[in-house]
Amino acid sequence: MEFINTLVNGLNIGVIYAMIALGYTMVYGIAKMLNFAHGDIIMVGGYTIYVFCAMKAASSPAFFFVAIAMAVIVCTLLGVIVEKVAYKPLRGASPLAVLITAIGVSYLLQSLSQIIFKSATKFVSVPELGKVSIGAVSIKVSTIITLVVSIAVMISLSLFVKYSKTGRAMIAVSEDRGAAQLMGINVNSIITITFAIGSALAALAGLFYLLQSPYIYNTFGAMPGIKAFTAAVIGGIGSIPGAMLGSIVLGMIESICDSIAPIAPYKDAIEFSILIIILLVRPTGILGKKRREKV
Amino acid sequence: MTLLKVENLEVYYGVIRALKGISFEVGEGEIVTLLGANGAGKTTTMQSIMGLIHARSGSVTYDGKNITGLPSHKIVRMGMTQVPEGRRVFSELTVYENLLMGAYIEKDKAKIRHDIEEIYSVFPRLDERKNQVAGTLSGGEQQMLAMGRAMMSHPKLLMLDEPSMGLSPLLVDQVFDIIKHFHSTGTTILLVEQNASKSLAISDRAYVLENGAIAYSGTGKELSESDDIKKAYLGG
Ligand SMILES: Nc1ncnc2c1ncn2[C@@H]1O[C@H](COP(=O)(O)OP(=O)(O)OP(=O)(O)O)[C@@H](O)[C@H]1O
Ligand SMILES: [Mg+2]
Repeated sequence: MEFINTLVNGLNIGVIYAMIALGYTMVYGIAKMLNFAHGDIIMVGGYTIYVFCAMKAASSPAFFFVAIAMAVIVCTLLGVIVEKVAYKPLRGASPLAVLITAIGVSYLLQSLSQIIFKSATKFVSVPELGKVSIGAVSIKVSTIITLVVSIAVMISLSLFVKYSKTGRAMIAVSEDRGAAQLMGINVNSIITITFAIGSALAALAGLFYLLQSPYIYNTFGAMPGIKAFTAAVIGGIGSIPGAMLGSIVLGMIESICDSIAPIAPYKDAIEFSILIIILLVRPTGILGKKRREKV
Repeated sequence: MTLLKVENLEVYYGVIRALKGISFEVGEGEIVTLLGANGAGKTTTMQSIMGLIHARSGSVTYDGKNITGLPSHKIVRMGMTQVPEGRRVFSELTVYENLLMGAYIEKDKAKIRHDIEEIYSVFPRLDERKNQVAGTLSGGEQQMLAMGRAMMSHPKLLMLDEPSMGLSPLLVDQVFDIIKHFHSTGTTILLVEQNASKSLAISDRAYVLENGAIAYSGTGKELSESDDIKKAYLGG
């Protein structure tokens, strides 16, 4: 049953990366920027859950849902505010200026969390969920929740982008901002919506990490952020299915590395090497396409 | 009545002065052509009218309102849009979805359905290809789609930037027929073209842009008979 464990574990890691990678890829596709502060939104979501769980009614499952809802709300607002305050004034500025600003925002959020919560790792009293046995395999309930919620979110997001008016406007803006404006689309509000969705998904990623391991610290979002960014690039940055596929691929690789004791310590190095190899073979990532040259 | 009035419009790209303070106007119900060689500043003019490029100075008045500096999406809502140079259809979206995008400012779903049917009746080819992604359409079909998409917002003023570019003679004729059709349904047209003979033939008035300044203006007939214009734009 080792194989099934590796598979489930890989999917689990992969769908969490997907929750983060979708934010990177949508913001890249629509706002044409790399939001390096995206990982830190996960951290803010984690601390929000920590604060609510630290309140007295902590272990009550009903209250835990309030904590989750608050994390989603706080992250969504934070994402939108960061975009308005830090990135919007730089619309049309050089990509390097935007990138440096994003790194600055990342440090700002980490430093703020250090000032507010200090630098010691905190235990988060998330509800104990236990395990269930299906035949010969036993799976953690938290893993099942992570898989079910993430897959539902990915399906909903895909349907939203394909069939809603706002979703199609997102595709239009990512393809040709000027032509989209000629349709009467307000590009700024589409960018705001994109940041809101990406940040809400980051909050969910923070939740899933805490369900796996209930500890929060200032750089909680850093490694997941980099890994998910890697996944987005492997899948083809800017592409929504690409971010999902790249994340599952990366999660599987990570899980396989984990399952083979001698190479497990080198899993990060292996993952980043695979990124480099994929970029050498296919610079646009697995599902990314070359920008069509305009006539 | 004047629908669009451009006054002393001046546009820079860095230090390059692409428009040197041009003025012209389009009356309601007219077809007006802006002629000019490559690099004369035609696209720059169109884009700055639509708010896609910011003018250094000068003003644009539409329907009596000063729209200088207004964001493009607001200008579209006032009843003006553009078929941009190079079509710029959304290549990942289907023909049908592109037309839906054209109706982005319309809320009434029944009206959108009706309008799409109307576009299909003007362009039967688009009906045949409605579920095909626009990136795989031929150049001519993309031009039809770009025109249909623009008409979905029911503009009072439609601007077209070189709609005949790169098309076979037969398709060029079709494009001009369609422009005349849109005009006959009450749309005012501002046309940018290098195909001088065809565009002058359907125009009430025309302006000639040279190096970012208006060099000539007159009725379509006057300009098509002028020796200077014949030499420079009509190949003889
Ligand atoms: N983004 C830009 N940056 C710098 N210069 C530009 C830019 N766009 C246009 N120009 C310059 O401005 C001038 C006018 O360009 P514009 O595209 O308006 O010409 P046009 O009349 O539309 O030409 P064409 O018939 O080739 O489309 C040209 O000299 C061009 O090189
Ligand atoms: Mg041009």
